[in-house]
Formats: sequence, structure tokens, C-alpha cells
Amino acid sequence: MVETLEQSLRRALASKPLLLMAHLVAGYPSFDDNLHMLEAMREGGVDLVEVQFPFSEPVADGPVFARANQTALERGTRVSACFDLMARARNILPGPLLMMGYCNTVFHMGEGRFLEKLAAVGAAGFILADLPPELGADLYGRAQALGMSGVLILTPNTTLERKREVARQARGLIYCAARKGVTGLKTDFGGSVEDFLRDVGAVSPLPRALGFGVRAPADVAFLRGKAEMAVVGTAALETYERGGARALADFYRRLQEGVLTGGREA
Amino acid sequence: MNLFSSRSGRYGPYGGAYIPEVLHSCIAELTAAFYAAKDDPAFWAEYVTLMARYSCRPTPITPLDNISRHLGGARLLAKREDLNHTGSHKLNNVMGQGLLALRMGKKRVIAETGAGQHGVATATMAARFGLRCKIYMGEEDVQRQRPNVFWMERLGAEVEPVRLGSRTLKDAINECLRDWSHSMDDTHYVLGTVCGPHPFPEMVSYFQSIVGQEARTQLLELEGGLPQRVYACVGGGSNAMGIFQGFLDDPVELVGVEAGGKGLKSGRHASRIASGEGSVGVAGYRSYFLQDADGQMVDTHSVAAGLDYVGVSPILAYLADSGRVRFTAAEDGEVIEALKLTMRLEGLIPALESAHAFAAAYREARQLKSGERVLISMSGRGDKDIFTVAEALGDASWLEYLKRKAGG
Repeated sequence: MVETLEQSLRRALASKPLLLMAHLVAGYPSFDDNLHMLEAMREGGVDLVEVQFPFSEPVADGPVFARANQTALERGTRVSACFDLMARARNILPGPLLMMGYCNTVFHMGEGRFLEKLAAVGAAGFILADLPPELGADLYGRAQALGMSGVLILTPNTTLERKREVARQARGLIYCAARKGVTGLKTDFGGSVEDFLRDVGAVSPLPRALGFGVRAPADVAFLRGKAEMAVVGTAALETYERGGARALADFYRRLQEGVLTGGREA
Repeated sequence: MNLFSSRSGRYGPYGGAYIPEVLHSCIAELTAAFYAAKDDPAFWAEYVTLMARYSCRPTPITPLDNISRHLGGARLLAKREDLNHTGSHKLNNVMGQGLLALRMGKKRVIAETGAGQHGVATATMAARFGLRCKIYMGEEDVQRQRPNVFWMERLGAEVEPVRLGSRTLKDAINECLRDWSHSMDDTHYVLGTVCGPHPFPEMVSYFQSIVGQEARTQLLELEGGLPQRVYACVGGGSNAMGIFQGFLDDPVELVGVEAGGKGLKSGRHASRIASGEGSVGVAGYRSYFLQDADGQMVDTHSVAAGLDYVGVSPILAYLADSGRVRFTAAEDGEVIEALKLTMRLEGLIPALESAHAFAAAYREARQLKSGERVLISMSGRGDKDIFTVAEALGDASWLEYLKRKAGG
């Protein structure tokens, strides 16, 4: 049996206090660019990656990713090519790979076929931004039977009871959205994020990945000791668009310094 | 037939609330507030009184005597939502949700709009109730519906053009959900149709049911009997759900008329059910959508902006599967012809959306026996469509007028 997502993360966490999770939109700016980004992620020491399958109605995404989804589709990105990209990513990066997207992509191709293809490309799991646990019980259950994790999202603005309910069904890791709103907006890292992460820790033993608004080494340094992973999405894409693969690798390296220095530099 | 007894938001395999987790708490708050209002008889009474005093309810039923004679066959009648304040059935839902927003203590409302009718209605309600208001409208629709943008702004709303996706209604809905996901504490999202995540399909149906309730009572009083058929256009489906609910338990055939656009074989239409091209998908709710081989939502087309939408109500999807509602489509060309005939013979100007229901009813009127009744939902008035209609009719003197104005 292959290692599960949680096992892989625990193993990585044994030698590093905070893991770095990266994100890319498949087919944006192009599949060639995606390969360069993946190389930069490896060079920059990224620990795991979510590969977003573009969807025509990306309601959880802010302007940068919503436009990236749209442009990828306008450039002809097909679901089959997204799976191909994951298979190639598998050979570039040592860490776990997650599919990220919206549930219509899964339902349209069929849950069985989706899971089969995901397993075939060596993915550790998936995150569907619009599939709450109560509507995806079947999919999440089948994924687990195949050794893959259906990752669920928690937000600060729900009741403790709701957090407990989501945590009960979560597998692999808990994706913690730092604040209300969509991806790519500003987050104030401070007491409220810390409180939220403590709440999540109280309802689930799973590693916590904190995302939404993580942009700078100081943000990462803040998260050390409070979460197990920092998710960097929009800021990385902006960096790549400004300066290409070299700038992106440097960007991740600077974030790693935030991991190592902890709160001291912040 | 009680579609809503379970309060689950499921209609057969359709419906549900497929939403990002960040929206969970505000959807839960709204659901609780809606059912509390629904269980309070004083709330419905307050709503009916408001609609009588502020709008024009009950709207009348008008027998279309001239057209009935002209076509031969059925006796046609129209339910006159064009006489509702702001010119369509849209205000029913909006005023109801406005009352609910006040009960919830919200200070701001947001809404999507395609044709602009729902946006104007929401801006009107916000002005009346003293709420801040922001309307999201696809950039393409902002260009197509300039007069409605003018009115929304004059009514005090901020109109935000949406430049993402196909820049039409579905993209405006997505943008509202994004706004709501960080503004929910003080903001209510006034969704305009019987789509979207639960509780919206049920809630909008509830407020629009006033149309069907009135129509049934009026027909029994005026005509001494029920209609054989009821025709309503279906974009998202709010006017159809409104009028159909008056007759769900009666031996009355209910006919939903979708936008046939340039023809169901042309690939340029917005017919999710009658075309057979729609398939089951999820975009906030489970229903029929027009989508490609990968489940991406595709661009739709209709001469009527209000029907130009990629999804359809999960409740209507369920009623279509069960055979309770029959679906057909009317193409742009026959819609314009039906509109011309209705203007010339009855002096009524239905909206291009509503003209779809008229077109299908005219096409099928001869199938019925003389004296059998057909009720048509005249969901809105057509003077808003002056630019589109004048263009479709090729009205030379109107074009001259536009040129003169533009030159001035």
C-alpha cells in the first residue's frame, strides 16, 4: 500500500517545522509554463502542490485565479491534459500532489472514472472548493477506499459544531482558509488567525494547511509553530508572471527562510 | 403536491447547496430566517399588504379576445405581471427578500442582473427600505441594457460591470457569491431566480407563488373554471414557478417555454431541457445545464437577455422529469412575430422574455377546442426592449432618431 497523504506529511514534518504548499492553474499561462513552475517549486523546496483544474464558474477564486481559470479554458485546456500534467509533475516533484477544482469536473466525468484517473497519475488526494462534506460523502468515502484523501476546507466564520462536523469527515490535511472572502485578497496575520488555527487544532488531529493571503516570508514565519503548512497561491503566480521561473524559485527560497527563522525575522 | 415539505432543498436528484465552506454560515443563517418567516402567518400578510400598497397587486387577468378570434381555438388570457411596479414579476421576489433582509438586520443588499429587470427591482426595494445596494451586471449586458443601468444608478445603486467569464448573467451570479463570501455580516444577497443554492429556489418560489395564487382565484371568479393549459417562459424559471404553483394539484397542463434562439439545431440557444442538449451538472445547485464534454458551462444565446442563462431551476428540472411540466422552445423569429401580433391586436407590449410564452401558446392554440382556456404569463412589459425590438423590426425612423441623438 502506498503512503497516504497524512503519512507523507507526518514524515516530512519530522524534519521540518512548517511545510510549503504551492498551487498552479493547469494550462495557465500554458502547460509549458506549468512545467517551468514545477521545476521552480522543486528548486525552491516546495513540499506539496495542488494542481487546479480550470472551471468555467470558479466562485471561490478571487480575480487573479478566476482570470487564470478563464484564460486556461480559452486556450483550450482540457481535463485530460490536466491529468497528463499531474503525471509529469509526479516525476518532477518528490512530494504529494493534490488535484484542486470544482465538483462539476468530477461529476461530469463520473466519480469512478475521476478517482481511477487520479490514482493512475499518482495523486494523493483532491480539494473540491464547492463540495461540502454532506454532499460528497460518497465520493470522499470511495476516495479513501482507494488510499486517496478528500481534503476539506475550514473557515473562521463557522460555529465550533460545524468545524467539528467537517473535521470528522476530513482526510489527509485540513485546509484552513485564513479569513472570509475569496483567494488572493489581503490577510492580516495576527491573533485572529492564531485563534482560528487553535480552534482547528482542537477539533482535528490532522496537519493544518493555512492558506488565503500568505504572501511573504514574515507570513510564513508567523505560521511556524501555529500551523503545519503554509499555502502560497496568488503571490506565487504574480511572481512568475513578473519574473518567470527564476524569480519563482527565489520567491519560494525566501519563504523557506521564513520557515527556518520562525518568528525571529518577522 | 407539496414540493417543499421536506425543507431539504432537494427535488428528486436536483437542488442542494454546492457552495464554498465560507458561505456555509450565511446560508445557514438565511435558511433559518426564511423558515421562521414562512412559519409566521403575519409575515405573509405583511408581504401581501406591502405588494398591494406599493406595487399593483393583485395584477389583473386580461382576456385576449381579439387574438383568440384571430387564431381560432382556445380562449387566451394573460396574467398581467407587466403591471406590477418596475414592470415585471421580479419585484415580488425582491420585496419579499427585502422584508426578510430587514428582519435579519442587514444594512446592504447585492444582486446579479442580466436584462436589468431584477437589478432595477432590487435598487427600487433598496431605495424604499433604506439599504445600500450594489448590482453586479455582466459587461456585455451593461452595454446591451443601458437604460436599466441609468435607472439603477438614479435609484441609488452602484452598478459594477463584471468582466470575467462570458460577461453575462452567470458571471454576475458568481461575482455576487464572491462579494457575499466576505460581506455576509451586513449584506443579504437578493438572488433573482429559482436557482442557486438552497434555500434560494424554495424562497424565490415562495414569494413568486403570489402570482399563481391570485391567478387561480381570479380565473374561478371571472371565468368560472380553470384553464386547460398555462404557458410561461423559463430562463431561471421564477415567473414559471410563480404561476405554475397555483395549478400544480389541478388537471391543468403546465408548459415551460425556453429560449430557442436561432434554432435548437443551431447551437445558439438557451434551451436546457426542450433541446435535449442540456445535461445534469452542478454550479451551486444540481440541475440541467448546457455544458461541453468536460463539464464547462457554455455560452447561450437568446434575443431576450432575461432568458439567456445556462442553468435552469432544480425544481423545474424535477417537474420536467416527472412529466408534470412539459417543456418546449420558441425561436427568436417567432417570438418577434408573436410580439408584433400582440401589440397590433391587443395593444399589449409583452417583454421579449414573456413573448416566448405568447409564441408557444399561439402556435398550439388550435390544438384546443373552442372555449378551452389558456393562461399566459405576461411576466413583464416590453417597453424596456425598445432598442432590441426596434432593431429586430428594422424600424427605419427609429434608427434615424438614434443617429440624430448620437450626433447631437
